[in-house]
Amino acid sequence: MAAAVKAAPTREEALVEFLLRLGDNTLILGHRVSEWCGHAPVLEEDIALANTGLDLIGQTQLWLGLAGEVEGKGRTADSLAFLRDVWDFRNILLVELPNGDFGRTLMRQFLFDAWHVLMLGRLTESADARIAEIAHKAGKEAAYHLDRSSDLVIGLGDGTDESRRRMQEALDYLWPYVGEPFMPDAVDQLMAAEGVAPDPASLRQEYDATLRRVLGEATLTIPQDPFAQLGGKTGVRHSEHLGHLLTEMQWLQRAYPGASW
Amino acid sequence: MYAQMVKSTGQGVKPREEMSPQERAFQDRIDADQKIEPKDWMPDAYRKTLIRQIGQHAHSEIVGQLPEGNWITRAPTLERKAILLAKVQDEAGHGLYLYCAAETLGVSRDELTQDLLSGRMKYSSIFNYPTLTWADMGAVGWLVDGAAIMNQVPLQRTSYGPYSRAMIRICKEESFHQRQGYDIMMKMANGSDAQKKMAQDALNRFWYPSLMMFGPSDKESVHSAQSMAWKIKINTNDELRQKFVDQTVPQAELLGLSIPDPDLRWNEERGHYDFSEPDWTEFFDVLRGAGPCNTDRMAARRNAWDDGAWFRDGLMAHAEKKRARAAAAKTAAE
Repeated sequence: MAAAVKAAPTREEALVEFLLRLGDNTLILGHRVSEWCGHAPVLEEDIALANTGLDLIGQTQLWLGLAGEVEGKGRTADSLAFLRDVWDFRNILLVELPNGDFGRTLMRQFLFDAWHVLMLGRLTESADARIAEIAHKAGKEAAYHLDRSSDLVIGLGDGTDESRRRMQEALDYLWPYVGEPFMPDAVDQLMAAEGVAPDPASLRQEYDATLRRVLGEATLTIPQDPFAQLGGKTGVRHSEHLGHLLTEMQWLQRAYPGASW
Repeated sequence: MYAQMVKSTGQGVKPREEMSPQERAFQDRIDADQKIEPKDWMPDAYRKTLIRQIGQHAHSEIVGQLPEGNWITRAPTLERKAILLAKVQDEAGHGLYLYCAAETLGVSRDELTQDLLSGRMKYSSIFNYPTLTWADMGAVGWLVDGAAIMNQVPLQRTSYGPYSRAMIRICKEESFHQRQGYDIMMKMANGSDAQKKMAQDALNRFWYPSLMMFGPSDKESVHSAQSMAWKIKINTNDELRQKFVDQTVPQAELLGLSIPDPDLRWNEERGHYDFSEPDWTEFFDVLRGAGPCNTDRMAARRNAWDDGAWFRDGLMAHAEKKRARAAAAKTAAE
């Protein structure tokens, strides 16, 4: 088990932790999105959502692969994905929430993409060249995801009364989970001090501007309560949903230990 | 043979002397291997048969997402998960090409979807079988896609242009699907005892349903004769089934797996394998809706459609608002 966040992690511990956060976000969201495959409301959306899932899984392989390499204990992207328990996961709570209806899935995607694009953009200037390289590749994909999720949020918000109601409900439901990625902790502070990553709080202003632009055009009301549910990216307290997701995702690896697939 | 038992006119091939001059000219073009394009004249029955066949094929791709989609969230590695997701996504893409090909014949995707959901149109019997272990992802790729390729490769030469072009694209992807399926089987067959057991079990369960994919013998079928004259269908069901068996048996041997047919043996004289027929009673049960998964598969498709109605309506309404705003802005500017 990875140590829960210590008050003063070493640089290497902080770097592994930071990479797990990036990789676990894409792993868990990629998994959630893949749950729709074959069940989306229109064929084009089924295909597009699978594309997003594929991009996220690909990014996971890079981030978790690098995390294992930096850690130096022989763990691979696969062993990190399939053999850790809930408390060792470092994704934000937003991405582990169940899909709900297609509207909530798209709103969650938009709220994540808007952050992801900013974070990856800043990471292309990381002092760590390996991180900058992955961020460069992933950033192009994330920009496309954001274009797509923004368009759909706007279309459904400014659509029928029912689609608007559903999108507003989705936004209200997800709102308490929006603040977490911007809350800095010891890991973030160390990464920022080393020039590896931006101070997460520094992304908030631009994020809010994206939200105002897109949600405004979608005729939706942005909730004002600044309260943020925390505990995902530190691993201190995930939601009950993550355990079920892992039960399904890790089942084969757990049931047949050591088998090669 | 994602399209099984497609009915044509029911009257057999029309003799040349009974054809109108237009029909004769049409048949001459087909005999000369010219492609028929959407705006060309075609007999009504040709159009109807093609809509049935392409529609059934498209529905098979869409319903066919479900048995493999069943394992995406349980794929054992990140790479396997990505490959499987990409594959199931390809099936959706195939459905899209085929619905587009059908649209060129004057039937909309929504109409075809309604026909699927109401049970008026069918999809391939194979997708009514459950996928129970990870080895089934191998067996589906290897056997089901393998059988599909048998039928689809000749259909690249089919007489209707849009269908032929869709098949060319589809075939490129299907051969990748079959290889990935065989690759999974290879891993399993060379893996632990439990994995070998899964691989053999998957072959046992999918062998006969795969043979059924070609449909019952159609040597005597009037529908098939007309479809073959129109080059909508290129080979008989029996020819394709034999070809599939001949190709698959050595592949199973290479995997060290046994085909679940005690009467399977090489026939030197024929230059083909002799094999047992599948249980055609089971096939007709599956076709009439009594297969192991028919109810679940249709429920999944109906839920996707019904639960997605608000989404489709919302986006349509938005597109309409945008159009109205653009028109108003244009009027104001003038």
